[in-house]
Amino acid sequence: MKDPNLKDKIKETVEDIWGSVFRHGYKDTPRNRILQIISNVWLHLHPARVREHGTKLRFTWCMGGITFFVFLVEVVTGILLMFYYTPDVNKAFADTMDLMYTVPFGRLMRNVHRWGAHAMVITVSIHMFRVFLTGSYKPPRRFNWVIGVFLLLLTFLLSFTGYLLPWDQLGYWAITVGMNMGRATPLFGHEGPFSQFLGMTANNDIRFSLVGGTTIAAPALLRAYVWHCIAIPVIATALMIVHFWRIRKDGGISGRL
Amino acid sequence: MESSWQKKELEEVEFDDDTVFTWPTLVVKEFLAALFVLVGLLFFSFFVNAPLGEISDPSQAENPAKAPWYFAGLQEQLVYFDPWFAGVVLPSIILVGLIMLPYLDNNPKGNGYISFKERKFAMPVFISGYVFWYLLVYVGTALRGPYWTFFWPGQAWTHDFPTPPPLHNLPLPAGIAMLIAFYAAGFAIPIFFKRNFFQNLGVVRYALVMGLLLTMIGTAGKIILRLAFDVKYIIVTPWINL
Repeated sequence: MKDPNLKDKIKETVEDIWGSVFRHGYKDTPRNRILQIISNVWLHLHPARVREHGTKLRFTWCMGGITFFVFLVEVVTGILLMFYYTPDVNKAFADTMDLMYTVPFGRLMRNVHRWGAHAMVITVSIHMFRVFLTGSYKPPRRFNWVIGVFLLLLTFLLSFTGYLLPWDQLGYWAITVGMNMGRATPLFGHEGPFSQFLGMTANNDIRFSLVGGTTIAAPALLRAYVWHCIAIPVIATALMIVHFWRIRKDGGISGRL
Repeated sequence: MESSWQKKELEEVEFDDDTVFTWPTLVVKEFLAALFVLVGLLFFSFFVNAPLGEISDPSQAENPAKAPWYFAGLQEQLVYFDPWFAGVVLPSIILVGLIMLPYLDNNPKGNGYISFKERKFAMPVFISGYVFWYLLVYVGTALRGPYWTFFWPGQAWTHDFPTPPPLHNLPLPAGIAMLIAFYAAGFAIPIFFKRNFFQNLGVVRYALVMGLLLTMIGTAGKIILRLAFDVKYIIVTPWINL
């Protein structure tokens, strides 16, 4: 009798354990490889077969996929943070401190959420850079680039609205800087050029509508919270659906024709 | 129908194209990428705390008060432009430019692969803009101290810095003439010396491409005017300064 080699032994062991869990084997046939993709609600985002260069890291850089993955990480950690955080100027900072020093794993959750937000801004911009370098915005993918630009903007806005939520000096003054620019919007900000023609004052201009008042106070915190946790994620999700669907419709990953 | 490929083993099926099975080729890589990112993020977050300042105090302004790093480039532009331009009009132009980009670039070459040779205009312009953006982000984030004063890397931030030189504005006619001359020359030169470039784009695309490009160059030009010649505004009117 011939001694089975190591590779066969590992395969045998894996099949043995697999069989104990799923009660049937996985036969590696073309049919099954296709079914793994098309009969799985998550994986059928992909086609059953892809062009080979599209699986190569040196072509794709994987940055779009990683951005999406980090977005999912942000959703999960964000939901966990919401259990402990109250968007109230008297509680927000104390809740953040609790997260950092009292809540089990609270510090880790907040750190992952914050660093993940930075990572997402970086990966989305590298993704855009790769798409530009490979000319992947050219027909038939022109409109998907446009969707992508809006997703880039939403990534910035998601991160920016989250910046205020800890209600610390860092966020407060960063939002103040940002909103003071809003005050200078031509026509629509009360200190902007030509705004007198529309009768803009501190009580009715674009900054007022963004922060819900004339200073960064309780309404601004609530607005940032609602934009951050509900409105922007919903809009971004809708656009992501279009973005991913268009990749498939436009012929999958780009490449030499 | 017994010979249907569905019944066949892996080795017996051939596809005469350049595709591979998504399962497992791509799915495995995606899974590994996700795992790698998750572990990296957890590892980093375990050791490095996210920034958190003191409790917010509207009466105690931070100095310098900084926007998040990805907007620090725009904040840095506040040195050179008024807020209506640096904070609102310029980012809007960048956004509109990015949205229009696929419709402005009508060069059919370089679609789906990296080629500098076939995209001699698009590549350098986009990359310069990208680098310009991150350069401003770097300066705004790392090199600006109290009162938004410039400090070199490694130099300690102090409140004891030399008084910056006084700034002056260009006389209005000179400023307007300069702006018009800049755009007029910018629009005209390629028409005469890069005939192909102009003809391939057509009038409308050409106008939009050059308008955006000249605005990008002009933004950098204003920075140079300020740093080298202490010019604050090139145009001063009762309604608008530029």
